[in-house]
Amino acid sequence: MKFLYLIWRNLMRKPIRTLLNLLSIFIAFVLFGALFAVKTAFGVGVEIAGLDRLITIHKVSLIQPLPKGYGNKIEAVEGVASVAHATWFGGVYQDPKNFFAQFAVSPESYLALYPEARLPEEQKQAWFENRTGALVGRQTADRFGWQVGDRIPIQGTIWRTPDDSAWEFTIEGIYDADKGFDTTNFFFHFDYLAETTGFDNVVGWYILKIDDPERSAQIAAEIDRLFANSSAETKTSTEKAFAQGFANQIGNIGKIVISILVVVFFTLLLVSGNTMALSVRERINELGVLKTLGFTDSHVLGMVLGESYLVTLLGGGAGLALVTLLTRAFDLGGSILPTLYLPWTGVWVGLALLAAMGFISGAIPALQAQRLTIVDALRRT
Amino acid sequence: MTDSTDKEALVRVEGVHKIYTRGSEKIDVLQNLDLKVPEGDFLALMGPSGSGKTTLLNLIGGLDRPTSGVVAVAGERVDKASGRQLAKWRSRHIGFVFQFYNLLPVLTAERNVELPLLLTTLSRKQRAKHVATALDVVGLANRAKHYPRQLSGGQEQRVGIARAIVSDPTLLLCDEPTGDLDSKSGDEILDLLVALNRDHGKTIIMVTHDPHAAARAQRTVYLNKGMLMSEAEIAEMRAAEAVA
Repeated sequence: MKFLYLIWRNLMRKPIRTLLNLLSIFIAFVLFGALFAVKTAFGVGVEIAGLDRLITIHKVSLIQPLPKGYGNKIEAVEGVASVAHATWFGGVYQDPKNFFAQFAVSPESYLALYPEARLPEEQKQAWFENRTGALVGRQTADRFGWQVGDRIPIQGTIWRTPDDSAWEFTIEGIYDADKGFDTTNFFFHFDYLAETTGFDNVVGWYILKIDDPERSAQIAAEIDRLFANSSAETKTSTEKAFAQGFANQIGNIGKIVISILVVVFFTLLLVSGNTMALSVRERINELGVLKTLGFTDSHVLGMVLGESYLVTLLGGGAGLALVTLLTRAFDLGGSILPTLYLPWTGVWVGLALLAAMGFISGAIPALQAQRLTIVDALRRT
Repeated sequence: MTDSTDKEALVRVEGVHKIYTRGSEKIDVLQNLDLKVPEGDFLALMGPSGSGKTTLLNLIGGLDRPTSGVVAVAGERVDKASGRQLAKWRSRHIGFVFQFYNLLPVLTAERNVELPLLLTTLSRKQRAKHVATALDVVGLANRAKHYPRQLSGGQEQRVGIARAIVSDPTLLLCDEPTGDLDSKSGDEILDLLVALNRDHGKTIIMVTHDPHAAARAQRTVYLNKGMLMSEAEIAEMRAAEAVA
């Protein structure tokens, strides 16, 4: 610790250069945090997906419906504990820009499958009992200022009412969840959809809970075999694989993010390493003086590495802290990326990157400083 | 590192050769040099440029190693120690004073003086006390918070001397300590060195080009082409200087 002041004063030798270096590291880590948050937001369904939940969709595509009668057959498969179904609604509230996902579901069974969604029991019961009732996530409720009891008109785009008027829903419940679980969704009774449109024999997909997650592959195969060679063959996968496939429709976000970050950090390493090397070259004589006074090669190595670490930790740490605070305190993702936040995994990866960057950018100048002979160093003025 | 054979001389240099290699060329900087410096001595080391004065000082201070021969200080074989041992040894036994002061510009006077003490186990309070004493000895207690750029050349050199004595070293090695100063400031620095030698018993070896500075030392040895000059050679040189 007694060398910290010396390290700090050396950093402050050229304050503007240090500030610019700090700023470049700060920006790089803000970018890292933001991109990591984006990657997390795209894969949020993947991360929270239950290991004991499977999804059965049409083998051709997710948008192809499945017969409603499949539900009972799936439930009869050994190892399946319960089944729910969901159907994409795709309505518009006031303006297409006000996008949020809406699903027609089997309320009791659906909610039973997602204990992550928390709401008061009386709201739950009220939703179950009201056919035109809706359950909405906290984020969307806050976004539009909705309260329980509010009537919400939503214009159907896929599913239309007979007179093409807006669908009317009553908010019966608002659910909360831990960070990472999507609280932007809007759920309503499938029966309301079926009765209004007359399409009561098809659903979008099935969600099923299984007794033993270890048997998921076997159960999935059994379900798909059940409907093989039918007019609506199925594809059953774990919820995680389903969510991953859904996210991949947009593109391999992870790969894009990593590619950008590799370029950013490589450039940053060059800039930062060069700054450290320059800083050491400028004071070779001083390093020689320190060695003359009795500082060992290891002391000098440690001090130069310490400078590199300090500047990286200050700049990068501030960047990571800023993204962590901002994404957790504010809804920066809006309706497009409702769960945009930097998870603790991202913070730890960021800290590991900080440590690696501090070491790599300082290693070569530090080794040069360590190997410096006193007589050579003192000759340089 | 201890050499029990030598107790009377603080510094013992015996049969020292130092050869530098520049490309394929070998340069004999010091040739079979012998020198003894007793404790409490104030020795001036004179000679023309390239005679090997600074090299000899570096060998005694453990900044460099001889190609062959013995260098011992206070009974310790400097020529045989490892780099790490030498660093530790220097911090305890040697105080260096440089021609161009070599203060760290980013540190105040007191922080510069404190540098050698960072290598000790002294507490912050104890270090501050030692620093204050050293600055007081060189008459710069009131400049403790000043940065080198805020000091005159003479004051900078005083801070350099305070840094050299703060850890109470066995030996002070001064390389042209007045070489960058005007005569008044140079005299003040020499007064200080004389006082350190006389009043505090510091053994001092000072490299200088300046006969006036050398005259302040207790004795002077001359180096020429890497060898110590004999009395006859010195007399001959002085006679030649007088004629010129």
